[in-house]
Amino acid sequence: MISASELTKRYPEGREALRDVSFEITAGEMVFLTGHSGAGKSTLFKLLAAIERPTSGHVLINGQNLAALRRNAVPYLRRKLGLIFQDRKLLFDRTVLDNVLLPLAIVGHPVREARRRALAALAKVGLPDRENTLPIALSGGEQQRLAIARAVVNRPAILLADEPTANLDADSAAEILAIFRAFQQVGVTVCVATHDLPVLSGPPPRVLRLHKGEMRDLSAAAAGTP
Amino acid sequence: MKAWIGQHLTALRDALRRLLAAPLNSLLSLLVIGVALTLPTAGWLCLDNLRQATGDSPGVQQISIFMTLDVGKSALSDLESRLKDARAGSWRFVSREEALKHLQASEGMAEIVASLPKNPLPDAFIVTPDDTRPEALESLARTFAAWPDVAHVQLDSAWVRRLDALLRLGKLVVMLLGILFAGALVTITFNTIRLQILAQAAEIELAKLIGATDAWIQRPLHYFGVLQGVLGGLCAALLVTVGFHLLRAPVGELAQLYGANFVLQGLSPLDITALAVVGGGLGWLGASISAAMYLRRVA
Repeated sequence: MISASELTKRYPEGREALRDVSFEITAGEMVFLTGHSGAGKSTLFKLLAAIERPTSGHVLINGQNLAALRRNAVPYLRRKLGLIFQDRKLLFDRTVLDNVLLPLAIVGHPVREARRRALAALAKVGLPDRENTLPIALSGGEQQRLAIARAVVNRPAILLADEPTANLDADSAAEILAIFRAFQQVGVTVCVATHDLPVLSGPPPRVLRLHKGEMRDLSAAAAGTP
Repeated sequence: MKAWIGQHLTALRDALRRLLAAPLNSLLSLLVIGVALTLPTAGWLCLDNLRQATGDSPGVQQISIFMTLDVGKSALSDLESRLKDARAGSWRFVSREEALKHLQASEGMAEIVASLPKNPLPDAFIVTPDDTRPEALESLARTFAAWPDVAHVQLDSAWVRRLDALLRLGKLVVMLLGILFAGALVTITFNTIRLQILAQAAEIELAKLIGATDAWIQRPLHYFGVLQGVLGGLCAALLVTVGFHLLRAPVGELAQLYGANFVLQGLSPLDITALAVVGGGLGWLGASISAAMYLRRVA
């Protein structure tokens, strides 16, 4: 589903954010990308979402090489991804429903069908009957759930989240992760970048650890393979 | 196809919503655009009226052929056949008796005419040429003057030429004004769209991140520009119509004092449509330049 090989990202000022990173995420997997701040998590998130391009190496998503993607093909790739941004990027002058409708409007769904889907997505993340509220009236955890509803409303096969539990209390964070788990269970590939590994019920998740731009696959190490 | 129409309708609705979201701002922009379009439109309309007035009023593009005083009946019919051969246009014969009667009817002239020992007026032909270009009129006048028994040919050619030159100059001025104000309209739209984009920077950035194409982002902005231009054009049409309506009575009165029956013509429905289309086109131009520049900077 997602495959990165020898990924290096060097910024113009000379800082090397990622060095020779390779990994593979199979369809339906849930993977945590950890490392303390500055380890390169956000950079990797941006490379996977084709927001930035790698200096060398390549990323394949669904067999599509992002490095070779033409500029006008990028929007169509993004529509296949559910993106949850670190700063959430909610539109505070639009209602909750309008926020969730935006990705559907971009794709051009008929209005009635779009509305039905958006309401379903809101119900799925636990925000039913809040569609006419403005985002400012939501708590931090609710805002994050709104961001998730917006990311999944297009039913993407891949969900990429950058620090979705930052600034949330433990209960809210657990709720958010439970929502991700639920999506994974229906076949969505979920990749979560986070600086602190959450405590999760169920089988231990796979963890990819970034340290100063280099990667170690913790679960692979635990299984005894180099 | 249905989805495509749907997207355009959504963009149009979006543009309308943005226009109505700041009614005072929108109204001010519309007024500025309206005033900018009013000046060249009014100028053009004035020229059009002037052309019509001079084209219709008698005496301007007519040639009078005055015969010698002692001319005989045969000479008159000879001239008439010459006119027929020359295919100069239509003509009217005014006999010397008729001319005298006409003069007597004029205010204050009756006594003078009565004191005259004999009729001093000659027989005359008044020709209304088909071809009213100044050069053609002059060449016709030269031809008439060379005919026998013709005492004098009168063509107010200097006046016609002056008017023609004046009209041409006016046309040029109106055209320059038009270009200037078209530029102003494009600039105004460019700026309003730039402000729109700045106000929606967060929304545009997010839309791009979650898969919006440049076309999708630009569409409502283009519609906004077109809408503003069209409404500005209609605003100009309204201003011109009101202005000309106010001028109609005084102009008619003035024309009557000069003995002319002239009605000031306002904008026709076709003119109003053209104004809206031109406004919309210029608005689209301003909006697309603005949107393209911004999106290039973002990318």
